[in-house]
Amino acid sequence: MDRRDFIKTTAAGAATAALASCSPAKKTPQAEGGEMEIRTNPRNGDKVSLLGYGCMRWQMKKDEQGHDVIDQDSVNELVDLALSRGVNYFDTSPAYLQGQSEKASAIALNRHPRNSFFLATKLSNFSDWSREASLQMYHDSFEDMQTDYIDYYLLHAIGRGGYDAFARRYVENGMLDFLQKEREKGKIRQLGFSFHGSQPEFDALLATHAQYHYDFVQIQLNYIDWRHADGVRNVNAEYLYEQIDKLGLPMVIMEPLRGGGLSKVPAGVAAQLKERDPDASVASWAFRFAGTFPGVLTVLSGMTYREHLEYNLRTYTGFKPCSEEEIEFLDRMARLMREYPIVDCTHCNYCMPCPYGVDIPGIFRHYNNSVNCGHLPQSHEQREFARLKRRYLVSYDRAVESLRQASHCIGCGQCKVHCPQSIDIPAQLHRIDHYIEQMRRGTL
Amino acid sequence: MLRKLRIILAALVFAGITLLFLDVSGVLHAWLGWLAKIQFFPAVLALNVAVVAVLVVLTLLLGRVYCSVICPLGIFQDIVSWIHGRRKKARFAWKGELKWLRYGMLALFLVALVAGVQVFVALLEPYSAFGRMTQNLLGPLYGWGNNLLAWISERADGYAFYPREVWVRSLPTFLIALLTFVLVVVLAWTGGRTWCNSICPVGTILSFFSRFAMFRPVIDADKCKNCKVCEHKCKASCIDIARHKIDYSRCVDCFDCLDNCKFGALQYRFAWGKSTGASPAAVKGTKAAQDSPSNTDAGRRNFLAVSALFGAGALAQAQKKRDGGFAEILPKTRPERTVPLTPPGSGSPKHFYDRCTACQLCVSACPNGVLRPSASLEHLMQPEMSYERGYCRPECTVCADVCPAGAILPLTPEEKTQVHIGIATVNRDLCVVEADGVSCGNCARHCPTGAILMVHSVADDPQSLLIPVVNEDRCIGCGACENLCPARPLSAITVNGRSTHIIG
Repeated sequence: MDRRDFIKTTAAGAATAALASCSPAKKTPQAEGGEMEIRTNPRNGDKVSLLGYGCMRWQMKKDEQGHDVIDQDSVNELVDLALSRGVNYFDTSPAYLQGQSEKASAIALNRHPRNSFFLATKLSNFSDWSREASLQMYHDSFEDMQTDYIDYYLLHAIGRGGYDAFARRYVENGMLDFLQKEREKGKIRQLGFSFHGSQPEFDALLATHAQYHYDFVQIQLNYIDWRHADGVRNVNAEYLYEQIDKLGLPMVIMEPLRGGGLSKVPAGVAAQLKERDPDASVASWAFRFAGTFPGVLTVLSGMTYREHLEYNLRTYTGFKPCSEEEIEFLDRMARLMREYPIVDCTHCNYCMPCPYGVDIPGIFRHYNNSVNCGHLPQSHEQREFARLKRRYLVSYDRAVESLRQASHCIGCGQCKVHCPQSIDIPAQLHRIDHYIEQMRRGTL
Repeated sequence: MLRKLRIILAALVFAGITLLFLDVSGVLHAWLGWLAKIQFFPAVLALNVAVVAVLVVLTLLLGRVYCSVICPLGIFQDIVSWIHGRRKKARFAWKGELKWLRYGMLALFLVALVAGVQVFVALLEPYSAFGRMTQNLLGPLYGWGNNLLAWISERADGYAFYPREVWVRSLPTFLIALLTFVLVVVLAWTGGRTWCNSICPVGTILSFFSRFAMFRPVIDADKCKNCKVCEHKCKASCIDIARHKIDYSRCVDCFDCLDNCKFGALQYRFAWGKSTGASPAAVKGTKAAQDSPSNTDAGRRNFLAVSALFGAGALAQAQKKRDGGFAEILPKTRPERTVPLTPPGSGSPKHFYDRCTACQLCVSACPNGVLRPSASLEHLMQPEMSYERGYCRPECTVCADVCPAGAILPLTPEEKTQVHIGIATVNRDLCVVEADGVSCGNCARHCPTGAILMVHSVADDPQSLLIPVVNEDRCIGCGACENLCPARPLSAITVNGRSTHIIG
């Protein structure tokens, strides 16, 4: 089936998509105002909600000592609501939210029967690749989440550091063999990996399927990365999707919203999306797009606030996949967005903490917001330049403490290896700093 | 009528100058800066002949209206005295001139000025004393008020206000300002214009001219019923009803006497060449105002030592990679500077310190947190520059714009970037390239004149990391490198002042 045909098939509606690997099985636990879209895992028959919960963005608050801690009350509330509306896939990692995500997510989830949800976590052995440290991390996950088994276990962010890093993190230390044995014992129900990287690494990785028999793959898919990944450091999701689909493996989708980048789009793009469907939220287009493809088992969304969850429930209950025409429309929007000087940061915080104290995601978020709102001062000859400059500089100080601003990036590059989007972080920070310096000096 | 006019003008001037010292937005200087430039002593130091001449002629013409309407410290004393006067009437009575104190103070002031002991000049000069009080005591309150507005503004998504850091720039100066405040308030509360007529050197200088003023309040002995209301109302205690005389050397033309005389016996009129007031009365044993606030020892903040303890482990990375959170950032400590850094436009530290009256106007105006009063005994209260909180940004000329004393002469941003006020030197042991083994170059990246070059840390080894070196000839001493250096608490690149600023 070539891509055109496939899209036509999808366009025909959800029912026709039964041809592909994840068959929609519309049996939801209960639903108000529609039913949660459910996909069936072709490998083991798991009935998984198309909306999955990404546990990387829980709400944080300050404790008595001023440290960031997860707001457990809000996690409990959101988990309860999600489960009640049919969301049953929860994805976390030992690295998320300064290492607090696994515990906090599990505290909320374990107030419900263990068989009412699927738990996904990862072997996030980024800094220490030794077998001991990796084993420790694996066992800690069981301890921290108070569970006897993990439904979906992932080798975390393969592709960063090339195939070589994969070999050293999982093969040479024997961890992959160990994890396969754990799968046989039933401690891990499904074993897979999440991928961020370039095409040769991806091809090499997929070739190891014959040996390790992965059960699923987690990829980044959204209407920009579908055909407009930068091609050097990231691969078009369309290619990833087709290759994985050939192997009959179900896919878990991450970054369907590109870390919020597809909800905070440039004003011109937002206007076009709204013109087509005034009632649909800007973000809902991205979520519909990601769920359109039948090989997708679940679409992860890191929903921090109740409103995020409620909006997504609206999209995924009584789910309507994108038509072929809509997919082409979104492709035009993607091309348009590529014209803006936006930094592709998804605020995943993998780069943090910067050893020199720079607030990397904060700087990118502020810059992107200014681009998207059309508030970016461009030249001192521009109308209202002084007002835009003041607005930019004041809002910059509000968004990022002055000691953590871009001027303090020394370019050591320690962040670069951690970025799943392969952003050249120092270069981008220096670009923004140079821009601000020109603005301050009035030489823009 | 005249009294009301005096009060209205004084209120306007006082509000303007106070705002000038408090303003954090940098907008008011363009509108109110002239209020600082018409102050007598700063104008003398700035060799502003026109202002000095106008003030002298004004005094010869109308008497010491300067003290009632233009001098902010004088107006401040009037306010304090007025508050007390609302509770207690008839507070004053004729007192003789405290000549020994008055001329002693003036002599001390002049000797200090000539000898270059600027501490005494700064302590006694009224406008500067007022500036210090406002900047140190009222400034923080104003700053917090501004920050409250900024907090509201942020929530309302407005950009009118933004938060400014409130900090004590120098403890000794803060304490001196506090002592001056207490002294002035006590003197004004008990004795009205005692400060102006016994201590203030500017008041004494103006008194030489006001004795001969063309217009002055005159008592008509025929109409006077000797009720002494005017004498009891005179803040300067300069009306002697017993002899129907007024000491014009001390009268500040407040016109309280005129408005309070029910019999029209007092008139402000042309009276040139007439006998000039009171015969010197015997100095009674009135309490002599002691004015020398103790100079607190120039103790450096001892957090330097404490933070040094934390220094070592500060930037160490966590063992296990966790996502998110911030690395701790240590505050910078001040490097030793053998020659003080003074702003571009000041010519040289010597020129600067000879003219500066320590009014703190530049300190409160500096938007980059660079200027603060010195704690050294030699230049106590006079500003110096340091780069722990910011650096002297190339586009900013605020301090030169506001200085009323000519200690910092005005220049354009283009001229400013040509002025070499200091030289940076690199301490390779502290540089993160050597210490952490990472590439950096943040100093070179931010140097506005390209004075910092990145060279191989091992000569002739193209693989070695690049490390900064300073081309002394191009360095202007702005401190961008020192401020943005990642090495903490001590920067690896620091700026020392030049004894003479070089242009070009």
